Amino acid sequence: MAFDEMSGDGGGVRESYRGLARWLADAPEGLLQARSRQAELFFRRMGITFAVYGDAESSERLIPFDVVPRIIGAAEWAGLEAGLVQRVRAINLFLADVYGAQECLKAGIVPAELILTNPHYVPEMQGRRPPRGVWVHIAGVDLVRTGEDGFYVLEDNCRTPSGVSYMLENREMMMRLFPDLFADYPVRPVETYADMLLSSLRASAPEAAGADPTIVVLTPGPFNSAYYEHSFLADKLGVDLVEGRDLFVDDGKVFMRTTQGRQQVDVVYRRIDDDFLDPLTFRPYSTLGVPGLMTAYQAGTVTLANAVGTGVADDKAVYTYMPEIIRFFTGEEPILKNVPTWRCREPEALKEVLSKLDQLVVKEVGGSGGYGMLVGPAATRAEIEAFRKKLINDPDDFIAQPTLDLSTAPTLDKGELHGRHVDLRPFVLSDPNGVRVAPGGLTRVALKPGSLVVNSSQGGGTKDTWVLDV
Amino acid sequence: MRISIDHATTYAYDRAARFIIQTLRLTPRSSEAQQVRNWRVETDVDARLRKSEDAFGNIVHTLYTEQPTQSLTVRVSGEVVTTDTAGVVPAGQETLSPLVFLRDTALTRRDKLISVFASEFSAWPPLERLHRLMAGIHGSVAFEVGVTTPTHTAAEVLALGRGVCQDHAHVFIACARQMGMPARYVSGHLLRRDGKDDQEAAHAWAEAWIPDLGWVGFDPANGICSTDRYVRVATGLDYRGAAPVRGASYGGGGERLAVRLNVRDADMQQGQQQA
Repeated sequence: MAFDEMSGDGGGVRESYRGLARWLADAPEGLLQARSRQAELFFRRMGITFAVYGDAESSERLIPFDVVPRIIGAAEWAGLEAGLVQRVRAINLFLADVYGAQECLKAGIVPAELILTNPHYVPEMQGRRPPRGVWVHIAGVDLVRTGEDGFYVLEDNCRTPSGVSYMLENREMMMRLFPDLFADYPVRPVETYADMLLSSLRASAPEAAGADPTIVVLTPGPFNSAYYEHSFLADKLGVDLVEGRDLFVDDGKVFMRTTQGRQQVDVVYRRIDDDFLDPLTFRPYSTLGVPGLMTAYQAGTVTLANAVGTGVADDKAVYTYMPEIIRFFTGEEPILKNVPTWRCREPEALKEVLSKLDQLVVKEVGGSGGYGMLVGPAATRAEIEAFRKKLINDPDDFIAQPTLDLSTAPTLDKGELHGRHVDLRPFVLSDPNGVRVAPGGLTRVALKPGSLVVNSSQGGGTKDTWVLDV
Repeated sequence: MRISIDHATTYAYDRAARFIIQTLRLTPRSSEAQQVRNWRVETDVDARLRKSEDAFGNIVHTLYTEQPTQSLTVRVSGEVVTTDTAGVVPAGQETLSPLVFLRDTALTRRDKLISVFASEFSAWPPLERLHRLMAGIHGSVAFEVGVTTPTHTAAEVLALGRGVCQDHAHVFIACARQMGMPARYVSGHLLRRDGKDDQEAAHAWAEAWIPDLGWVGFDPANGICSTDRYVRVATGLDYRGAAPVRGASYGGGGERLAVRLNVRDADMQQGQQQA
């Protein structure tokens, strides 16, 4: 049996869930179902409201929402928070080093070739320091749990992590649906996220920008699947949402076209991948970016959040070195564990992986979104054999991990509560003053009984995540 | 040698461009093997030029026009005094680890054909291997203008068997990387032996990194290592990283490019050169 967020290993209701258990016991029959229908209706209506920007996001928003919150007690959270701060601090130091003195490569902490030939390493950033020295302004770290103290980091998302709009909207929805429950529970607010992000972005602006820097959110446009989130965030931050064609670079500075003429932009919260940022430096025919943006960036007149080249820190092959990276840069033992991982590039590891493919999860190093992976225990013989061939042909492209027995959380299914497997993506903000974690996150839930795949593209849903004050 | 270079690039627009931004990698850097003298960068319209250096150590000028532009010419000229180093690039100016140049790029992506072609040479020791690779490409890819474009990949060129110096360089780079040897693209100028001082385009070749020697220049289009007749201007992972001009224009329509290039021996009176 997997660890359950509500009942632990089966010995009664865990402290943080007691209030919910009482509330559920008192709730009239059918109440949860009624609220769940209400939630769907609300989201649909909001979807229609937002459809003014295009159609893509109305389908995007209707990722299933489960009304039963995932609750994290104050003490558990304190441990997670310390671990996340440590990890993201190390990642920022690692990136500064990779693009700077490369001490960690010289010391053999990470193989130099793995970094320097990595598709996400950006040579154009070598020797550069982003304004104020911040690399990963926003990280979304995926965690899973296997027991009371068994939190593992599954993935560090250091490029353009998404999902924070779900964290905020799910909370809004829950407060609307269950005001009485909030009255009984000391839930820490996530609504402050926009203020936290805004203050982080301001603090990361180039020094020349002064006290009131101009910030924009740069989106690839309405056809991007996360466009809804981009417009949502621009709205919450109170800044302009722009596309590449709204910006231009002149004399080493970035400007935005406005009805009052040009206005200099100091911080670009960009939701465009590195490759598309600047057709004069990267992919030449991209129309999503801004010609000359890298020239301005290298001149230090504009902050890009996240910095260019951060993908080398969240690469799945580099992930396996994260414990060593944390020790090297912080001098501390990692607080959060890595999932034990076989690097198939190493012949011994490959041999072991091939001998027990039916028990492992094998992931493509460059893959994401749950695509291109093998879940051994759930795969057919034919699927395993097909994967075996891929692995033998391109061992460098794969890592393998044991199938973790992810924790479950009570989830509404046809009017009844059942344990369904969950993960957690907290959002971690970095600026020159330090690293902070928003008290909450995105809990994703595998809605299919027994399923371990929480990705929304594979039938996953979301829950509100409560972090308690006491 | 004392090599005189006069290189003009003209972009003309059917409809005037409101604003143009270009990054120019047209200016050679001085090193122990090449002394750059009296280098000038000029434009024929009002434009701002800002000089910087990229992560590859290239000198980059960013150009911004200040008014609607029908035609823009950038002209670079000057002299470079070169020394023969038997193809070896003097050490000391490298900003990047050689390992960076094992990376795949869109234009140098390897395929089965590249890997089979490269495998013919892999048994030889490094230097010999690269010489043979250069000769192999020189023999397998005929020099022909007009059959390829700047978007042709190394694999496509090898399959086609024809191309220009840029294509030869890409094939060389892809094959060298396939054999685990760092390789990079060089754009620059060649003082020709046939007396053709007026050239249609700048030259391109490749450099490979050999453990005991460092970077060594190989010109597979001509089948020789670089000499004192070569002037290095910019290096990159492939053509895109070292391209003489990359730009964008706003509001301009129907862009046309014309290049004028003269590379001559400055110690010889014009017209005196022998074929």
